[in-house]
Amino acid sequence: MTYFEFLNEHGVTLLLGTVTTIKVLVCSMILYVIISMIFGLMRLSKNPAIQGIATVYIEFFRGTSLLVQLFWAYYVLPFFGISLEAFTAGVVALGLNFGAYGAEIVRAGILAVPKGQWEAAHALNFTPAKRIKRIIIPQIFPIILPPAANLTVELLKATALVALVTVVDLTFEAKQINSITWLSAQCFGTALLIYYIIARFALVPFLRWLEVLAARKVGKERI
Amino acid sequence: MEMGWRWDFTIEILPQMAVATLNTILAAGVGYAIALIVGLFFLLGQRTPFKIVNWINREIVEFIRSTPLLIQLFFVYFVLPQFGITLSAWVCGMITIGLHFGTYLSEVYRGALEGVSKTQWEACRALNFSTIYTYRRIVLPQAFPIAIPGMGNYLVGIFKDTPLLSTIGVAELFHAATAVGGYNYRYLEPYTLVGIIFLTLSIPAAMWVRKLENDVNKAQGKIKK
Repeated sequence: MTYFEFLNEHGVTLLLGTVTTIKVLVCSMILYVIISMIFGLMRLSKNPAIQGIATVYIEFFRGTSLLVQLFWAYYVLPFFGISLEAFTAGVVALGLNFGAYGAEIVRAGILAVPKGQWEAAHALNFTPAKRIKRIIIPQIFPIILPPAANLTVELLKATALVALVTVVDLTFEAKQINSITWLSAQCFGTALLIYYIIARFALVPFLRWLEVLAARKVGKERI
Repeated sequence: MEMGWRWDFTIEILPQMAVATLNTILAAGVGYAIALIVGLFFLLGQRTPFKIVNWINREIVEFIRSTPLLIQLFFVYFVLPQFGITLSAWVCGMITIGLHFGTYLSEVYRGALEGVSKTQWEACRALNFSTIYTYRRIVLPQAFPIAIPGMGNYLVGIFKDTPLLSTIGVAELFHAATAVGGYNYRYLEPYTLVGIIFLTLSIPAAMWVRKLENDVNKAQGKIKK
């Protein structure tokens, strides 16, 4: 069987899997960005209780393996009466895990904003909420976007794990086709290529574009 | 099925989990050792004066870094036998982890080498030191402390990625938990135990890496003064 015949027969299935992979990626990306923002801010709170919660959360999710968290969400939560669909469990586990890493990036980004900016906002009598929203947040984007871009590529790679909790994504389809046809090189080779193409020609350019945009917003043409 | 946590079951499976933990640590250690060496080769490929080698090296690194470890594992495990190379799951796992994280470590090495000030090289040239002598006595001793935090992070990273090895049948911690859980139809205790074991091992490791990082930062601060 030539590679062309293989694609002809199984290409559609792989593409359908790719669509699911992209769905998982987009959903968990949105979730992880929101979580990072919340916990990154909480981590810097002066209230020890809030800061403590954020620290425990971050240490917990960074300290255990993503795969363990994923299986926990899918196989153990039903013990407590919470049954999540595979897709939901996957997105939630990915979002929580990467949110913990993202929170640290956000925290570092906020700390990297020069102190004078805080003081100036203070001197101008901005409310704390306005200070964060209008002065600090716009300035952290150029700082946090490069490490966040790396993290997002890691997220794309990590979406492959949801196949192990029965989400029918690209990895799942590749495994499935492999177990039917035993054309391992074609199956997994194609899957690797698709992940590579998504990362190299869609995700990374998109993130670079965001970086340029954020830099322009604060008046820096180049990062 | 009985609900809630069962201590008797936990104690019953504990010895099995402990043995499997040793396997996980072994896998992480061996994988890391291979990755450290593979990283050096990628670094060499990056620094050779041949443009074509640089380019091929960069594309390979880029490809490995932007594709999932899981599928790379499947690829190595299922495809090599088709070319007549039959390796055990352990060997496949170690090769894949070594290659995957080797690309990351080569970046750590590169960053560390570039972290050494260019004037150090110029001074060595002015003193007529050979390239090897410059590396051995001047550059590497300065680059190594810069590389330590990154190297430590990837040790923890590899440790946390070892559960993926269970998918090709390496008998590490996660594999044991799945087996025990499937046998007894109880996943609560095995998977929770895995989580706890990972936490108790990786949090001290991460703290140790952070301490190293602080020490390095302090030492470098002293140099600046």
